[in-house]
Amino acid sequence: MEERLPDAGPKAPGTKEKTEEPIARFLVSSSPHVHEGIRIRSVMGLVIVALLPASVFSIYLFGLPALFTILVSVASAAGFEWLWQKVVRRPGTAGDLSAVLTGLLLALNLPAGSPWWLILVGNLFAIVVAKQLYGGIGYNIFNPALVGRVVLLVAFPVHMTSRWISPSAWGMDAVTTATPLGRAREALLATGSVDAALTRNEAIDLLIGNRAGSLGEVSVILLLIGGIFLLAKRVITWHAPVAFIGSVWAMAGIFHLANPARFADPSFHVLTGGLFLGAFFMATDYVTTPLAPAGKIVFGIGCGVVTVVIRLFGSYPEGVSFGILLMNAFTPLIDRAFKPAVFGARRAKTA
Amino acid sequence: MKSGTFFGGVHPRYEKDLAGGRPIETMPLPARLVVPFAQNLGAAPKPVVKKGDEVKRGQLIAEPQGFVSVPLHAPTSGVVQAIDVFPHPVGADLPAVVIVPDGKDEWAPGLNVERDAGDLGADALRGVIRDAGLVGMGGAAFPTHVKLSPPKDKPIDVLVLNGAECEPYLTADHRLMAERPAEIVEGASWFAKALGVENVIVAVEKNKPDAIAAMRPAAEARGYAVRALDVVYPQGAERQLIFALTGRRVPAGGLPMDVGVLVQNVGTCYAAFEAVRRNRPLTERVVCVTGRGVANPKNVLARIGTTFGDAIAFCGGLREDAGKIIGGGPMMGVAQYSLDAPVTKGTSGIVVLTRREAVQYAGDPCIRCGRCLRACPMLLNPSVLSVYAERLRFDETAAHHVLDCIECGCCAYVCPSRRPMVHHFRRAKAEIRKKQARAV
Amino acid sequence: MVAAIIALSALALVASFGLAMVARAFAVPVDPKVEEIEGALPGANCGGCGLPGCSELARRIAEGRADVDACPVGGESVARSISRIMGVAFAGGGARKTALVFCAGDDETARRRFYYNGVKDCASAALLFGGDKLCGYGCLGLGTCAGVCPFGAIEMSALGLPVIDPSKCTACNKCVLACPKKIIKLVPVSRRVHILCSSHDKGAKVRKACSVGCIACTKCVKEAPEGAIAMQDNLAVASGVPEIPDSVAAVCPMNTIRVVDLGISAPADAAGAAAEGAAS
Repeated sequence: MEERLPDAGPKAPGTKEKTEEPIARFLVSSSPHVHEGIRIRSVMGLVIVALLPASVFSIYLFGLPALFTILVSVASAAGFEWLWQKVVRRPGTAGDLSAVLTGLLLALNLPAGSPWWLILVGNLFAIVVAKQLYGGIGYNIFNPALVGRVVLLVAFPVHMTSRWISPSAWGMDAVTTATPLGRAREALLATGSVDAALTRNEAIDLLIGNRAGSLGEVSVILLLIGGIFLLAKRVITWHAPVAFIGSVWAMAGIFHLANPARFADPSFHVLTGGLFLGAFFMATDYVTTPLAPAGKIVFGIGCGVVTVVIRLFGSYPEGVSFGILLMNAFTPLIDRAFKPAVFGARRAKTA
Repeated sequence: MKSGTFFGGVHPRYEKDLAGGRPIETMPLPARLVVPFAQNLGAAPKPVVKKGDEVKRGQLIAEPQGFVSVPLHAPTSGVVQAIDVFPHPVGADLPAVVIVPDGKDEWAPGLNVERDAGDLGADALRGVIRDAGLVGMGGAAFPTHVKLSPPKDKPIDVLVLNGAECEPYLTADHRLMAERPAEIVEGASWFAKALGVENVIVAVEKNKPDAIAAMRPAAEARGYAVRALDVVYPQGAERQLIFALTGRRVPAGGLPMDVGVLVQNVGTCYAAFEAVRRNRPLTERVVCVTGRGVANPKNVLARIGTTFGDAIAFCGGLREDAGKIIGGGPMMGVAQYSLDAPVTKGTSGIVVLTRREAVQYAGDPCIRCGRCLRACPMLLNPSVLSVYAERLRFDETAAHHVLDCIECGCCAYVCPSRRPMVHHFRRAKAEIRKKQARAV
Repeated sequence: MVAAIIALSALALVASFGLAMVARAFAVPVDPKVEEIEGALPGANCGGCGLPGCSELARRIAEGRADVDACPVGGESVARSISRIMGVAFAGGGARKTALVFCAGDDETARRRFYYNGVKDCASAALLFGGDKLCGYGCLGLGTCAGVCPFGAIEMSALGLPVIDPSKCTACNKCVLACPKKIIKLVPVSRRVHILCSSHDKGAKVRKACSVGCIACTKCVKEAPEGAIAMQDNLAVASGVPEIPDSVAAVCPMNTIRVVDLGISAPADAAGAAAEGAAS
């Protein structure tokens, strides 16, 4: 495992010394002097691994176009990052896999069969505008992959919302269709009520992912497996995903109880769209979400509320991306509101 | 709270096997001893010897300056060769007296005499302990007699013997507990007497079963409890230890005595036994010389002033890939640049890491993963603190309680960006204290 | 429609009246001089005068609690215009100054005693044994001075020494305060010969640590006119009066004493080149 050494890393005594005899022998730094061994790269790698089941399944469902989308997206994300750092002469961080993860996430947010230029434009915005212009990893305010997706959604709505391929093993005999959320909306617009049959009987298909949608959002089960893997590895905490999915369920449930004809039942809302992808993989992004557990819960609830409002009353069928991006903007405020209490401080106050 | 735990913490690789099984060996007198004056927290004692003077073991070579200061004694008999500036394990170059031993190792008159100390009162005990130059031997080196003199409005009702030794690698306290339990417990009984405390708890981490087994009969004979603690770093940090044992929270910015507790390291207890019963000032201590950069890790009984180089040579010397010499443990110890640094009263270990083992800080941007928040036993937000410190916004670090940081290193240990967190906090603390000093 | 226009107009009237009242009630009496002086000050809010910003200094000058030339950055021309505003005579200030680093020990000439790994900031590095230079007085080379300079006058050379551009330096004193080794000083730009070392170590120790350090050989003291250079605790120190002639630089065996043209009248780029020459 190679490590990026500081300017004066420890070398064998006597090598490359400009003065006659070596004086510097030992490395001196502040404590602590040992480390768990974790790197940014290893964290990002674990997230990528957690996304692999859903990614591989998307190739099975949508065929070679899905593979093409993933490969082009990952390669262009890493490429833009490398290129940008070359241009502005910033120390390279392309090795930390964060750009690869962004590219993969963006691919999973695109319809299969997206043209190559669409993927490139999306990654250009994700990596260069949303990430590097803000100062690179650690400094970006908005989730880069979602910025890429939303830019494409607004600029190329036809490519992003109406060219869904219906799943069929290995992409054979693919036909264009609509996503479940899209169909629910069409039914609502056409008949004034959501198609009850459509939203109830599909639960199993929704769970395993036998539906149209963007690459990575279709299989709830595989996304859940990936999310549980990240929870078990302690890469993410439960707070944001549970709050996010829970609030979507609760809010959709309230509306459904109020008017079952107009509003689909809550499990339909939980299982469709990109909710699981967003909740486990994007509402848990380190840089753009709150630090403290309480803040993560507030963040998750905010995401859920915005998502449901957009789905039920907005002009887009899906609101997960907007929900997360909107809450990204509130992250600094939430962080300020939930400062951890210092050990012993509570007692000091009462004493 | 039965098994004893606290918030946060980490589970580093303990590496206690390197030296844990090795009995304490007495190190022969080296060719010279470098004895720094500043060996206690507070004011350094003032030298009373000069170049060319002959000294006996235990003879006063520097007298205390003020209450928070302790006397310093010659670690052996010999001649004062020089008084000069030497690297000091606390991380600075400081004046020290160089003594060349004459090999006779003669005690100064009146010292090294057995006494039955049963009739010593509390004040007399404090006097003996102060005159013996005792300081906290776990690392902080706070004068022991000061700790034993709590103000009247803060009575102590619990005395804790800290044998947690939660620092990875180190096994000095472990061996001392396993080999000299009766002496440690007796030393603690003098502390208990000086304070008028009945409730004494011996706290040991569970990873030292032989030390627990040895301490139990000795402690129970005096009615003291032995508590086996979970193995979590920093279990041995005062505030965390007190919380784990008693559930009491030392207030932020306060001291253990604010909650009626006094914590003493087991090594200090042993030194108290030597001072009270044998009339020996503090001139030697157990040092754990360990790490994969040392050929033959050992626990050695070394004189104060033994240079790291001599101690390491006694343990087979450095391995070729030795990259970092640490005075103390790898989590809170201080990296040394020179083998001329001497063993002081607060030096519990000399850890030599290989170049591969030692962390290389990169200082990449914080990715806000929150791992440091979960690790911090003081419940601080190290992530935010380090970002403010990096931008030199020290007022903000003060507002986020950087002064409550105990510098345990848990945050830096888990940071995937390899940020030098503790270094940032030490800088911030230094700036804040400078500003406070200016304001006064 | 008409009703709306009337209603809005009435609302506007009420609001503007209210605003006017509030503005009067909460008005802060400002000495017109304060504004004028603030206009004359550079407005960089650099803090070089020791006050939080230019407006604070302007207030103090107007109240007579600070001198008309209290702004270290503005120099003579600013002092002159402020003295006009205040209606006082300005005698003409001291010579223009610039910051200069009194250390020439770069990565090639000065040795290090350990491999430092930590916060890239001199004050942080100084917490560990005072820094990694074998010379306890030397520049640590991590660029804290360059970071605090509000005028971008300091750049780090490839060999790890700060290079101060006298044409940009306003002698605001920030780098002087920021340097943990206290080796940056303000010097008149007219002074040509400088002793670029701050080490009070004895000669033998200096030689071990650095090839361009003052070894206290006193050759310069003998060469220079009486009183120009004095030995202070193993270090040659210029007194300022009389000036050190250029010839003294030639006798220094360590090349510690150098002719540094700080470019009092030279064009800016020539001055920069001179300063670079001084540092290498």
